[in-house]
Amino acid sequence: MNTVKNSLKDISRYPSAIAGVIIIFLLVLLSIYAVISIPYDKAITMWRGGEEFWKANPKFAPPAWSNLFTSKKLPESFHVDTADGTMSKVVTSTGDDTSNVTISYSFNFEADDYPQDLIIYFTTTFEQKQPFASVSLFTPTGQEIRVADTGVAQQQTLRFSQESRMVNRYSNVPVMTGMFSDPKDPPHAPLKGTYKLVITGTTFEKDSTFDAEFVFLGQVYGLAGTDMSRRDLMIPLLWGAPVALGFGLLASLGTLILTMIIAAIGAWYGGWVDSLIQRITEINLVLPFLPILIMVGTFFSRSIWIIMGTAVLLNIFTGQIKSYRAIFMQVRESMYIEAARAYGASDLRIIFRYLVPRMIPLLLPGLVSAVPSFVFLEATLAVLGLGDPVLPTWGKVIDDAYTNGALYKGYYYWILEPAVLLMITGLGFSMLGFALDRIFNPKLREM
Amino acid sequence: MADKPLLHVEDLVLYFRTAHGDVKAVDHVDFSLDYNKAVVILGESGCGKSSLSKAILRLLPRNVQAYSGRVFLEGKDVMALDEEEFRLKVRWIGMSMVPQAAMNALNPVIRVGEQVAEPALIHLGVKREEAYQLVQKMFQLVGVPADFISRYPFELSGGMRQRVAIAMALVTSPNLIILDEPTSALDVLTQANIFNVLKRIKQELGTSFILITHDIATSSELADEVAVMYAGQMVELNAAKDFFREPLHPYSQKLMASVPRLKVEKEPDFIVGRPPSLVDLPSGCRFAERCPFRFDRCKEDPPMMEKNGHKVRCWLYA
Repeated sequence: MNTVKNSLKDISRYPSAIAGVIIIFLLVLLSIYAVISIPYDKAITMWRGGEEFWKANPKFAPPAWSNLFTSKKLPESFHVDTADGTMSKVVTSTGDDTSNVTISYSFNFEADDYPQDLIIYFTTTFEQKQPFASVSLFTPTGQEIRVADTGVAQQQTLRFSQESRMVNRYSNVPVMTGMFSDPKDPPHAPLKGTYKLVITGTTFEKDSTFDAEFVFLGQVYGLAGTDMSRRDLMIPLLWGAPVALGFGLLASLGTLILTMIIAAIGAWYGGWVDSLIQRITEINLVLPFLPILIMVGTFFSRSIWIIMGTAVLLNIFTGQIKSYRAIFMQVRESMYIEAARAYGASDLRIIFRYLVPRMIPLLLPGLVSAVPSFVFLEATLAVLGLGDPVLPTWGKVIDDAYTNGALYKGYYYWILEPAVLLMITGLGFSMLGFALDRIFNPKLREM
Repeated sequence: MADKPLLHVEDLVLYFRTAHGDVKAVDHVDFSLDYNKAVVILGESGCGKSSLSKAILRLLPRNVQAYSGRVFLEGKDVMALDEEEFRLKVRWIGMSMVPQAAMNALNPVIRVGEQVAEPALIHLGVKREEAYQLVQKMFQLVGVPADFISRYPFELSGGMRQRVAIAMALVTSPNLIILDEPTSALDVLTQANIFNVLKRIKQELGTSFILITHDIATSSELADEVAVMYAGQMVELNAAKDFFREPLHPYSQKLMASVPRLKVEKEPDFIVGRPPSLVDLPSGCRFAERCPFRFDRCKEDPPMMEKNGHKVRCWLYA
C-alpha cells in the first residue's frame, strides 16, 4: 500500500503526469457515459441506420456551436411532431364523418443563411377516402406562401424544395432561397423574423387520424454535426472513446506482457529456445508491419479483434524483446536467482516469480506509452478502409470524411473532431508515460 | 545410520569450458561427512571451494565441460537422479545451501518472510500459514525479530540478511547445510554472532555443515574436521583438533602460519607466489613450486596418503 502511495506522490510532482491522468480519467468517464447512455446494440443500430433513420437531420451539418465562431450565423435544425405533442393539433368535427385538422407552428428564423430543406412527414389512417392537406408558410411580413394542396397517403413525405409548385414559383433561385428571402430586396438576403407553418387537413372518415412531423433541416446540428448519411457524429465520437481505449489498452497490455514472458523464457532456458525466439524476432523485424495488417484486413477479416490479435502477434517479436532479453540475461546471473535454483524453485517459478517481477518497473511506462500507438493504429487502419465495418470509431469518421471530400468541400469539423480526440488521447497517455518513465527509471531524471 | 556417513563424495570432477581452455575447478575430490559434524573447507581464492559446493548441490553453470563422480547422501547415490528428481528430492530436502554473498541472495522484490517460506512451499507442500509459522520459528532460531517478516531485503542490515539466508536454508530442516563464505563482508562482531547461531543450530537440530571460508580463526570454533583444498584438489583432510595444533601438508602449515596470533610475538607468515592456473596445471605436486620442503619426488603426482588416521596429499608422509 505504501508503495502505491509513494508512486502517487511521485506522479503528483510532474504536472504533465497530472494533466495526463486527468485526460485519461476524462476519457474513461466519456467511455463509461457512452456505453451507458447508448448501449452497444443501440449504437450499432443508429450507426448502421440509413437515411430513413436519420431523416430529421441535415446532411453535412457542422456542429451548432460553430456559429459562435462565424459572423454568418447558420440556421439550426429542429423537428416537431403532432404525435408527441411538440406541435399543436386542433381537430374540429364538421359533419358526421368529416373533420378539420388545423396544425400550426411558429418558429423564429434569425440565421444569415437558408435552411437545407423543410420537410413534412404525414402519417394518416383511413379506410378508403384519403385525407386532404394544404400547407402554407406565412413569412414575417405576413405574406402567405401556399406550398401544396395534396391528398395524403398513409405515409407521405412533402419536401418543400421538390414541390413542383415551389420549383415553378422560384424558377431562377433555389426554393429555400426564394422562400426565406425578401423578394423586394434583390440580391436575396434571408428575411429574419417569425415564420408560421399552417397545415390544414380534412379527413373524410370517422376513425381517420391525421398527424404530421415537421422537420426544419438547417445547416448546423447538435454538438457534433452530421455526416453524409445525416448520422449524428456524436455517436461515433462518443463510442470511439471506449473502442479506442479498449483497443489501445488491450493491445499494449497483450503485447508487452507476452513480449516480456517470451523474452524471459528465452533468456532463462537459453540454447535453442533462445535462438528460435531471436531468429523469429529478426525475421519479424524485416517484415513490414502495416502491409501485413492490410493483407489480413483485405483477405481475411476486418473484425477489430482479428486485427488486434494480428497487431499484437506482430508486435511481440520486435526490438523490445531484445532489450528485455538483455536485462533478463543480467538478472539471470544474480545471486538470488542462483539461490532460488539452489532451493529447488522450478524453471517456471523462477521465470514468473523472480525474473518477470524485476521487469515491472520498466514495463509500466512502456505500457502507458504504447497505448497511443495502438489507438493511432486502429485509426490508421480505418482511414485505409480496413476499419471494423460494424463499430463506430474515430478512425471510421475520418475515413468517411476523407472519402466524401470533407476538406475539399470545407467540412473541417468532420475531420477535426475525431482528429482532436485522437490527439488528446495520445497526448494524455504520452504525458503520463513520460512521467512514469522518469519515476521508474531514475537515470532519466534531470539533474 | 551409523555405518553410512551422511555425505560421501567419491571422485567428484567438475571442469568448466572457457576460451583459454578447460578450468579444472574440482579435480577428483573424495571426502565424507558424518551426521551432526561440521567440516571446514579452507583454501585460497580460486582453488575450487565454491565449485565443490556447487558440484555437490549440482548447481552447474552453462559452460560445464565435465561433471562426474559419485555423491552419496544418506547412502543414496544422488548423482544417478535426473535433474527434476534431484531438484525435488535433494535440494533443500537432503541438503540446503547458504550461497556466497548471501546478502545479495534475496530477491529484492519479495518480502523476506515470503522468500524464506518459498522452499517450504515448494518442497513441503504446506499451506501458506504453516509455512509462515515455520518461518517464524526459524527467524527466532537465527535471531531475526519476528516483525521483519514483512520487510523487503533492502530494509535489512547485512547481518540480518545473512541470518535470513541461513533461516532460508533451515526452513525445510535438511540434515546438511552448505555454507559458502557465510560471514564474508560482515564485521567481526556480526561474524561471531553468526557463528554462535550456527553452533546453536548444530546443537539443537543436529545439522551437519560444510563450511567454506577463508576465516580460519573463526571457523575453528565450529569445525569438527578440516579439509584443505589447493588447485582443485583436496590436499589434506584432518580432524579439527589435530589440524589446528599440527597441520600436515606444507600448504596447510603455511596457511596456519599466516593467521595472526594473540599471545605469540610473531609476524604472520605468507606464501610466496600464487596458486597455479586451473587451466594449465603443473605436472607432479601442484604446490611444489611454492613449497619450502620441495624435493625430487615432488615431480610425481602425490596420491592421498594416510598419516595417523588423517589424510594428506604429500610425499613427505610417504
